[in-house]
Amino acid sequence: MKIKTCKVHVLVLLFSVVSFSCAGEGILQLNNPYTEDEGKQTVLYESFSERPKHLDPAVAYSSNEYAFIAQIYEPPFQYHYLKRPYQVVPLTATRMPEVVYLNPRGEKLGQGIKDGDIAFTDYIIEIKPGIRYQPHPALAKAAEGDYQYHQLNPAQIDAVRSLNDIKNTGSRELTAEDYVYQIKRLAHPKMQSPIAEIMKNYIVGFDEYAKQVKDKPKTGLKDLPMDGVTALSRYQYRIRIKGKYPQFIYWLAMPFFSPMPWEADQFYDQPGLADKNITLDWFPIGTGPYLMAENNPNRRMILLKNPLFHLETYPTEGEYEDQKKHLLVDAGKQLPFIDKVVFMLEKEAIPYWTKFLQGYYDASGIASDSFDQAIQFTGSGGVALTPSMLEKGIQLQTAVTTSSFYLGFNMLDTTVGGITEQSRKLRQAIAIAVDYEEFISIFMNGRGVVAQGVLPPGIYGFDDKSGINPYVYEWQDGRAQRKNIAVAKQLLSEAGYGNGIDSKTNEALILYFDTTSTSVDDRPRMNWYRKQFEKLGIKLVVRATDYNRFQEKMRTGNAQLFVWGWNADYPDPENFFFLLYGANSKVQYGGENAANYHSPEFDRLFEKMRNMDNGEQRYQIIQQLQDIVRRDSPWVFGFHPKNFSLFHGWYKNIKPNLMANNQLKYTRIDIAERDLKRQEWNKPVFWPLVLGVAVFVAMMMPALKAYRRRTRETRR
Amino acid sequence: MIQYIIRRLLYSLPLLLGVNILTFVLFFVVNSPDDMARMQLGQKHVTEQAISNWKQQHGYDVPLLWNSAAEGKNKIADTIFYQKSVGLFLLRFGISDSGRNIGADIKERAWPSLAVALPTLLIGLLVNICCALMMVLFRNSYLEQAGIVLCVILMSVSSLFYIIGGQFLIGKELRLVPISGYDDGLEAIKFLILPVLIGVFSGIGSGVRWYRTLFLEEVEKDYVRTARAKGLSETQTLFRHVLPNAMIPILTGVVVVLPLLFMGSLIMESFFSIPGLGSYTIDAINSQDFAIVRAMVFLGSVLYVIGLLLTDISYTLVDPRVRLS
Repeated sequence: MKIKTCKVHVLVLLFSVVSFSCAGEGILQLNNPYTEDEGKQTVLYESFSERPKHLDPAVAYSSNEYAFIAQIYEPPFQYHYLKRPYQVVPLTATRMPEVVYLNPRGEKLGQGIKDGDIAFTDYIIEIKPGIRYQPHPALAKAAEGDYQYHQLNPAQIDAVRSLNDIKNTGSRELTAEDYVYQIKRLAHPKMQSPIAEIMKNYIVGFDEYAKQVKDKPKTGLKDLPMDGVTALSRYQYRIRIKGKYPQFIYWLAMPFFSPMPWEADQFYDQPGLADKNITLDWFPIGTGPYLMAENNPNRRMILLKNPLFHLETYPTEGEYEDQKKHLLVDAGKQLPFIDKVVFMLEKEAIPYWTKFLQGYYDASGIASDSFDQAIQFTGSGGVALTPSMLEKGIQLQTAVTTSSFYLGFNMLDTTVGGITEQSRKLRQAIAIAVDYEEFISIFMNGRGVVAQGVLPPGIYGFDDKSGINPYVYEWQDGRAQRKNIAVAKQLLSEAGYGNGIDSKTNEALILYFDTTSTSVDDRPRMNWYRKQFEKLGIKLVVRATDYNRFQEKMRTGNAQLFVWGWNADYPDPENFFFLLYGANSKVQYGGENAANYHSPEFDRLFEKMRNMDNGEQRYQIIQQLQDIVRRDSPWVFGFHPKNFSLFHGWYKNIKPNLMANNQLKYTRIDIAERDLKRQEWNKPVFWPLVLGVAVFVAMMMPALKAYRRRTRETRR
Repeated sequence: MIQYIIRRLLYSLPLLLGVNILTFVLFFVVNSPDDMARMQLGQKHVTEQAISNWKQQHGYDVPLLWNSAAEGKNKIADTIFYQKSVGLFLLRFGISDSGRNIGADIKERAWPSLAVALPTLLIGLLVNICCALMMVLFRNSYLEQAGIVLCVILMSVSSLFYIIGGQFLIGKELRLVPISGYDDGLEAIKFLILPVLIGVFSGIGSGVRWYRTLFLEEVEKDYVRTARAKGLSETQTLFRHVLPNAMIPILTGVVVVLPLLFMGSLIMESFFSIPGLGSYTIDAINSQDFAIVRAMVFLGSVLYVIGLLLTDISYTLVDPRVRLS
């Protein structure tokens, strides 16, 4: 009787669970990681894996920091979203800056002047009137006109736990003074701006100002003028730089040159706020399309549409193909399209990828673990999405980054360095032997383009038609083909190392490769490098060390071979060739020339090229610079990585822009489609649970029987 | 007992100082203040002047342990060790090298860690004790043998496998809970189900075997035989007599880890995106943020000392024979 009752109970339980599961299907999304009701808001979901260190535009310099601040702060200029090659256009400025060349006496120079005559250049920038800051407590004013929160007492500060606890907010119009103030902030030694040392060389009075304000608080900057930066009127300011520096316009499109209201420093510098993590470095104040509504870098960060954002519209023109790709559907519409952007902390690739496939993230990169699941190679060597991705309506975007990775030689080294014919041949032989096509195929899932020179694609002067490295490649059947290893061996022999034996000592040539790749996962890569050198009979010794020791070796010139990379600050060849400029040598001057390459011929041409305007003459000099570097081979040109990004079908207006960081305002999401897909993809499955319960009950039956038997035995 | 507690707390002071010195030495053997500055300032355009400014602002421009250029007591006071350590003993953790208040971060991150660790511990304890008692109940039967084999299998599997497998099965395939994430208040529950379930499941193998050993040792003792002879059922014997007497080793294991629950679990928190303290320390080590590293190591030591003290006190509660003096 009892067993019968038990069975009935089990059946009822099973029936209930199955019924619940059936009722649940179609309406429940139990795995939805977002608990807040989106309502009718358009919400974009993104992720971040590492918390940004800084959100102050004077300090922030990493891509993960720009992902936030480029949506909040507005420098006077920006990159056109659709046009290529990259083009700087006005953002808060009314037009491109008026550039005035001056002689040493500060007098304006006329037409037809030589670059050498230019002592100073003035950039006169006029900003649009009527632009307002986001609502912020720093700008809140009391009825009598005083700032409400600039003199908080300890009790008020004690009551504040986050910026949102401060009730009132205010706003004011953006003025030219705010841009001037930010440049002063860049100079303040306490800000530790990463570009302060560079700007010292360009902006007039920058260095002197830094010394003048060294011991002063940030709040004192407002009333101390800087010689080279002046507000000419409420909406116009002038930056005076030394000599001619055409690349300065690119700096003006970076967040460093965003406006900062003096009230921000006044507010945040009040004692006690920093102890609560309420600082300008964490709670920005800008004029951009978004404002930071929540900053919890331990969990999530939320951007909300700035209710006071000025009128800015989607571009009405782009490249020829953009119309066909539906990139001009929103032409002329007011920006931004998205109401809220939620960035969730996601450290591990597996949950991130799963959530993307479930529709809970709108876009994703492709980790190497997921590559085969997402991408397949076509017969012609191209890439395409796999059928499972296509079935979900996922879109693939690829873009070759404006970055270069290379195997560098320490040119100060007695074996691989120097610009003698012998050392050149040794380096050229190694350049042929190290097969980066293979590297890209094995270690990068084909996500890269082999470098033929210093410049990556997309940078002025890059020649994709005929610009092969003739010391490593040759044309065969219309394609650039890596030279045969026999050529490399011949070069090695001419360098005095036939079959990898040093002809002077009769001993095997041993080279040392310094790297920070210390983990087990890095071993295959290191073995691959060894094998490349073995082709020439050279023994490569890998000296893996931690980051700090590696940096020290590089600074002191104790490394022999190393792998290094550079990501463009701006799309100008100067930003790459300066990596080989003698005056930037790492050992001698602490600069970015990690190879310590020094060629008077190269330096002379570089100095000529760097300040030239783009044109035929500059283009020709760039090609000459490429030729010199290819011949001298201070680097084995490695590769330019290729970004693969996936976007769901509801993600609109996608165009890779490797220079602009403020793309969010152009993004549009079809939330109706997303809701439908999420429901379709996330129906909970209950039957395995039911099965599990049944199996558990079945397993417990013999135990219960045994227990009863034992109890009866005990009683007897 | 009060005297005993005060004495133990005083003993812990040199211990904490030793831990602090050890952390300091180990950290600065590997990283110099220059390295830390470089790490914080990024990789581009970092000049010697910028490094010098950073060190000066963050208080790393003085000698590490001994300032021979200073006068009198300042030879010790004007050092990185002194300036960075004194506040710790007052639980003032200061500002991290990246500019955030460490105390505020710890306060915020301790709760999510606890939200995962406490239910995992309590449910795990309950499940493990029940399973262990059941195995003892069915000792010398095929059920016990099967249970032991199952425990050994469960113990042999890496916890990482449980995490990935659990996420795959319950989060991805069955779609019953979010695969990762966290929220405040009661909304956190749905994010905690999976990590707690996995935490409990991954601990069953070793936990059950450990408790089974403890119970088996007790179950053969004379008082248990007496209880049986008095006519108590096996269940009554186990729950009324064996369990209370096996509490001392159980308490030793449990109470000592109670304070450390705040410290969180690195792997679990990383995989489930739980903003706890587990990942806080590792992130700090990776970014060479000495201020956070020393604060977390110090906090860990303090909590461990507290845990040991609590264990001693708890002995007196479960075993009247134990006296603290």
